[in-house]
Amino acid sequence: MLFGFPLLSLIIWLPIMVGVAVFATGGDRNAQLARWIAFVGSILGFLVAIPLYTGFDSTASAMQFVEHRAWIERFNINYHLGVDGISMPLILLNCFITPLVVIAGWKVIQERVSQYMGAFLVMSGIVNGVFSSLDAILFYVFWEASLIPMFLIIGIWGGPNRVYAAIKFFLYTLLGSLLMLVAFIYLYQTSGGSFSIEDYHQLPIAFTPQILIFIAFLLAFAVKVPMWPVHTWLPDAHVEAPTGGSVLLAAILLKLGGYGFLRFSMPITPDASEYLAGMMIALSLIAVVYIGLIALMQVDMKKLIAYSSVAHMGFVTLGFFLFNAYGVEGAMVQMISHGFISAAMFLCVGILYDRLHSRQIADYGGVVNKMPVFAAFFMLFAMANAGLPGTSGFVGEFMVIMGAVKVNFWYAFLAATTLIFGAAYTLWMYKRVIFGEVASPAVEALEDISRREFALLAILAIAVLWIGVYPYPITEVMHTTVDNLLIHVSQSKL
Amino acid sequence: MNFIPPDFAPAYAEIFMLVMVCVVMLADLVAGEKRRYVPYLLTQAALLGCALITFVTFSTETSYTFSGMYVDDSMADILKLMVYGTVSAVLIYSHSYVTDRGMLSGEYFSLILFATLGMMVMISASHFLTLYIGLELLSLSLYALVALRRDSLMATEAAMKFFVLGALASGFLLYGMSMVYGATGSLHVATVSEVIQSGVSSHEVLVVGLVFIVAGISFKLSAAPFHMWAPDVYQGAPTAITLFIGSAPKLAAFAFVMRLLVEGMGEMVADWQGMLVILAVMSMAVGNIAAIAQTNIKRMLAYSTISHMGFLILGFISADWNGYSSALFYVIAYVLMTLGTFAMVMLLCRSGFEAENISDFKGLNKRNSWYAFIGLLLMLSLAGIPPLIGFYAKLAVLQAVVNAGFIWLAVVAVLFSLIGAFYYLRIIKFMYFDEPETNEPIESRFDVKMLLSANGLAVLALGIFPQALMGLSLYAIQNSM
Repeated sequence: MLFGFPLLSLIIWLPIMVGVAVFATGGDRNAQLARWIAFVGSILGFLVAIPLYTGFDSTASAMQFVEHRAWIERFNINYHLGVDGISMPLILLNCFITPLVVIAGWKVIQERVSQYMGAFLVMSGIVNGVFSSLDAILFYVFWEASLIPMFLIIGIWGGPNRVYAAIKFFLYTLLGSLLMLVAFIYLYQTSGGSFSIEDYHQLPIAFTPQILIFIAFLLAFAVKVPMWPVHTWLPDAHVEAPTGGSVLLAAILLKLGGYGFLRFSMPITPDASEYLAGMMIALSLIAVVYIGLIALMQVDMKKLIAYSSVAHMGFVTLGFFLFNAYGVEGAMVQMISHGFISAAMFLCVGILYDRLHSRQIADYGGVVNKMPVFAAFFMLFAMANAGLPGTSGFVGEFMVIMGAVKVNFWYAFLAATTLIFGAAYTLWMYKRVIFGEVASPAVEALEDISRREFALLAILAIAVLWIGVYPYPITEVMHTTVDNLLIHVSQSKL
Repeated sequence: MNFIPPDFAPAYAEIFMLVMVCVVMLADLVAGEKRRYVPYLLTQAALLGCALITFVTFSTETSYTFSGMYVDDSMADILKLMVYGTVSAVLIYSHSYVTDRGMLSGEYFSLILFATLGMMVMISASHFLTLYIGLELLSLSLYALVALRRDSLMATEAAMKFFVLGALASGFLLYGMSMVYGATGSLHVATVSEVIQSGVSSHEVLVVGLVFIVAGISFKLSAAPFHMWAPDVYQGAPTAITLFIGSAPKLAAFAFVMRLLVEGMGEMVADWQGMLVILAVMSMAVGNIAAIAQTNIKRMLAYSTISHMGFLILGFISADWNGYSSALFYVIAYVLMTLGTFAMVMLLCRSGFEAENISDFKGLNKRNSWYAFIGLLLMLSLAGIPPLIGFYAKLAVLQAVVNAGFIWLAVVAVLFSLIGAFYYLRIIKFMYFDEPETNEPIESRFDVKMLLSANGLAVLALGIFPQALMGLSLYAIQNSM
């Protein structure tokens, strides 16, 4: 372990600094330079994150790689960083996705390239900050700051209805998080002047305040996950965002909400979490079943994947509120796996969109005749999205269903319907887009994927298969932390 | 009979300022049309000189002079230094605007300096009449400044409105003060406080006086429901003057509230706390909701000011050093953001073209991405998004409000700030998401460019490292109470 070396600070600030450097390349005359700086920076960002995994002590339940410095003494706010088995895999996922997003925008983005690439790098650093903050205000700063680059990405490079989508995205998320801020301030008062998240974990809170704090947190995190019924911003944002934006949104930003439940809601308000678990499970199951049915009806590929994201994230929240190791670990695996699969699905749609400039399923058909390699990759990811055994999509869902059976058979039954609905909407879309007769002259003119696109999809395919076959490296690091969390949650704080 | 001259030391800066105003007026006569830079440089020199005097005579001790009518404490010194800096920035920002519109005359400079002197007197007053004199000096200078463009119908109308309503508010204030005098027999801030504490004065009379004083204060702060003048004056006044009205006087208004309500009538906190709650909630509601409907940028910023004043008042509600220092931090942050925002508006003005509409921001990112970035920082800061200074300002006052037990008020405040975020986002939308209507390059003087960049980056830098400014506000309050 690298004691004393501020590894987490490096992981946060390196991408941000590179992002600033990319901004500094200026206008589109230096576009190629901006792309290469961004690419090298994102790869470096991933490389510096690797010691986080190799140096991680998976038997320890305490925070690791801790950094602690005074920041704002006036309110006892500290620059306090650290990771455990829950946040570490998510940081790695984020650092892994960033280079992919940079590559995905390589050719497509021809306008204001430096701003686009810079925004993604800054975003990457900010998200690492969210996952590693152990101070509530530091967390909040990173959490809100992550809205700014995404808002600009959707608004500048998005589709025709981008302004509406960008503002909706921003205000929706802001609504949730402002009440969380009030909850933090309340906790600051009751804890006698501390913003430390670890102090909050130990703080006894009476029942009614717990419920109110839980609801404030719930609004913030439920919007981000997004849970039914506050999911409506997601399809809009996804549809309008450029491919890179959709990938980032689905793969990383949705995980912020899930992470929030594990880091804040459950440990800080365990009694309220237990008390309201029924509601949370109900909302999750509605997301799984009802949103699954909605996905079936979509005619727009991006919208379909967006709704399928909501359904898959329903599994995550379901797993959390089962309060057993299968459920929570399954949900964590599901978050990581969804990061890969949704990224891959959006990249696949992006590849088609770049060629035909349409997301409508009806405009396609018979793509396999022209793009066989692409069709093979798309097949793999579609299967993973449907939860086929052997892919990462199966592992998480299966673990959550196992966890659900232990609690109540009918939870498990309803959750398991996703295996049918998921297969139905994904494969039906796949069939309509890929198979059949060549639908139009435009499809006839399609070219198969380039080496750049091949590399992107191949990396994700390896990740999806690896976790599907051998998820141990992920479950191993989170095991101690999850056990510890469950013990903590089972103790009343009243 | 012996005449003992008062100790002039605490008022050196004010005396120097008064001398300099006369020097500027005379210099303007001598320099004439061709050499307008002479009064300009003299004005800046006056501010710099005052800053030096205030800085050198800075002491942690509180000293009184002129039979206790005048006070020099840490809060006064820090606020005065802020005022000099703000006024100096206003002069730099508005130089080309004022020159292009033929307003660059001796009166412009001397009125601005008189207004500054008024603010200094307000900040350092420890007697109700001194406060009133400072306030009137400031207000009368502002009325005249608004009317400086005699050929502009809008400006003249705005000045009339400002004057009539301002006079009314001053009347309220005087009436309230007379009530307080009647009840306590003194106009010294400290004596008033002592008499109220001793409980010998009639509470009813004091409350009547308090109501009038609070009304007068709200008018000067442009807090709802006494806000109606603000949108008209902001819109009608030349943008350079709007910048002035919207920035430095808020610092003085902060001192005004501190001296009157906190130091003078601090014992009646139970009475004014409730009034401030109403003012704060109404200001946040009116400001944020009405701003959405505006298409004129200056009008929108006026409503934005109203909502920010609501937040500022939140800091006073908790009625302890924690809240006051939060309010001080808020007002400093607010002035910093306002300076930058109006400077942006003036940047878009060219000779013969007034940037009046929000749509004038269209496509700024394509015309000049650096200024668009500065604008982005300023708007997000006004909306209270971290990591910009506006967020910490909100955090500080919300924290004070929750500390005082008003959790519901904090919830109301954040909900209104959510509504507020919408119209700031709309400006970002115009800057970043829309195509420009004109491709005319944005020209600015070198000093404006540097100052505006520094201004925008300060909003970011003070957001990442807010401790210094927070510590300063805490020091100013704790050392003066």
